[in-house]
Amino acid sequence: MSAVFEVERLSKAFGGLAVTQAVSLAMAPGDRVALIGPNGAGKTTFVNLVTGHLKPDSGVVRIAGEPLNGMNPMQRVQRGLVRSFQVTRLFPEMTPREHLALAVLQRQGRTGRLYGTLWSMPEVLDESEALLRTLGLEAAADRKVAEIAYGQQRLLEIAFALALRPKVLLLDEPAAGVPQSETPRIEAALAGLPADLAVLMIEHDMDLVFRFAKRVIVLAAGTIIFDGAPGDVTKDARVREAYLGSYADDRSVA
Amino acid sequence: MDADHPASLAGQVARPRFSASADWIGLAAILAAAIIFYLLFPNNLALLTRVIGIVMLVLSVDLVTGFCGVATLGHAALFGAGAYAAGIAAAHFGITDPIAMIAAGAAGGAVAGLISGLVVLRGHGLGQLVLSIAIVNLFHEAANKAASWTGGSDGLTDIAPSPLFGVFAFDLWGRTAYGLGIALLVIVFFLLQRLSRSPFGMLCRGIRQDPIRVAAMGASVRKTLLKMYIISGLVAGVGGGLNAISTQVVGLDSLSFTLSAQALVMLVIGGTGSLYGAIIGTVVFMLFEDFVSAANPFHWLTIMGALLVGVVLFAPRGIFGTAAHLFDQWRRR
Repeated sequence: MSAVFEVERLSKAFGGLAVTQAVSLAMAPGDRVALIGPNGAGKTTFVNLVTGHLKPDSGVVRIAGEPLNGMNPMQRVQRGLVRSFQVTRLFPEMTPREHLALAVLQRQGRTGRLYGTLWSMPEVLDESEALLRTLGLEAAADRKVAEIAYGQQRLLEIAFALALRPKVLLLDEPAAGVPQSETPRIEAALAGLPADLAVLMIEHDMDLVFRFAKRVIVLAAGTIIFDGAPGDVTKDARVREAYLGSYADDRSVA
Repeated sequence: MDADHPASLAGQVARPRFSASADWIGLAAILAAAIIFYLLFPNNLALLTRVIGIVMLVLSVDLVTGFCGVATLGHAALFGAGAYAAGIAAAHFGITDPIAMIAAGAAGGAVAGLISGLVVLRGHGLGQLVLSIAIVNLFHEAANKAASWTGGSDGLTDIAPSPLFGVFAFDLWGRTAYGLGIALLVIVFFLLQRLSRSPFGMLCRGIRQDPIRVAAMGASVRKTLLKMYIISGLVAGVGGGLNAISTQVVGLDSLSFTLSAQALVMLVIGGTGSLYGAIIGTVVFMLFEDFVSAANPFHWLTIMGALLVGVVLFAPRGIFGTAAHLFDQWRRR
């Protein structure tokens, strides 16, 4: 299958420090890839370069073959590159249902409309309802987000991204901050992601990585040092060195 | 639930707290209040009409501050631009039809809203506040310098609106102006109620709560806010136009920092983020000011200060916001 998401020799330096060095990867629809790496490996910078929040010094990011150079973050979202946040970013005074409806309206290009309400748009409500069910959020659907459990907020963060119908989904530590008792629900939600969606998950929790990913990419000091099957990652000498050796410690401040 | 009948789902969904019937109650309340004030203060209709004009300004501030979270201390620029546009249309171009003057006011306000938005939205936080003050001062100075058009510090006079619909002359008692004001307020209020529930209104509330999230869903925060600034200019411009018609003079004070700051104070007193809050805050502030300044011309500013401190300390959500909050808590019990 042809690549839906391609990164080609992406590089970025802050001052003299190369934070991302010629990173290349390609993903096909349906791929489940985990991006891991020690602290300071450049994961966040990589995400920001891809989403358009940072401008790369060189290199190309493509969605479905279309280069995204020069596009701002919003245009990239409109092309199908959607991210979730490590710390949930939701609207505290809105309900989950309103969140999803707003995302559906945005995808349809209707958030500029000055008239009509959600309650007169059955197709928007139905799509929101379907997403609420898929993620098991029906019970919390009409409560303000500020009042629902953090685990539910994390699920909503995923549902919100899905409502935009992305081609590529960047999940930034989707289970961060969730109590142990609720992680199975997050994992179930991840397992139920649409089959044709390419998912790149940035994650620290190796249990989650091994259960979710079919492929693992290890980033250290701004370069990819491993790209392969999850089963092989712990055997790789460079990965071990990056995580355990002095090599990692030197860069942990970056 | 049968997935083949999607339309049936929508009916099940819990509707928001304020339903459509509450909208009509709100409009009825405005009309009732208008009649009561008319009966209570038949000799003070000019003041009441001025209150309505300022209500439009405060509603306009509410749109950008309460709904979108953009703080502004320069919103009189939009109101004053509307007043001057209506006044200049009448005094220099002979457009004396009141409806056309209101339209000119709305257009002037919208242009001022666009200009303000383009400048103010460049900044963030305190910088944004300072830019908004700079804007109203620039507008003020421009109106002062362009004296041949605006009358400068003497004010723009020679505004003689023709009878409304060719029938109702603007009488000394100010009945026609008051009636026009109430009609405009009802229309504006109705439209803004719809706006606040629309997808655009939701997006604006989203921006106030988390602009980064709004951008991450692919919506343009800046374009949305700019659009709201223009709408806000339309509303303030209608208020300014009404003021020009009712007083038949436009002064530089309508473009002042003082008026901008007062509008924000009125909004805080009533409660931000709600159309009712904007109306109640303005009515309370202006009638209280009128009453106190007449009763005690020496210490009225002190008393106004005490009112503000009292509201902020004991009703931090504003008069309407606090009342709505208490009502909400009582209902949940």
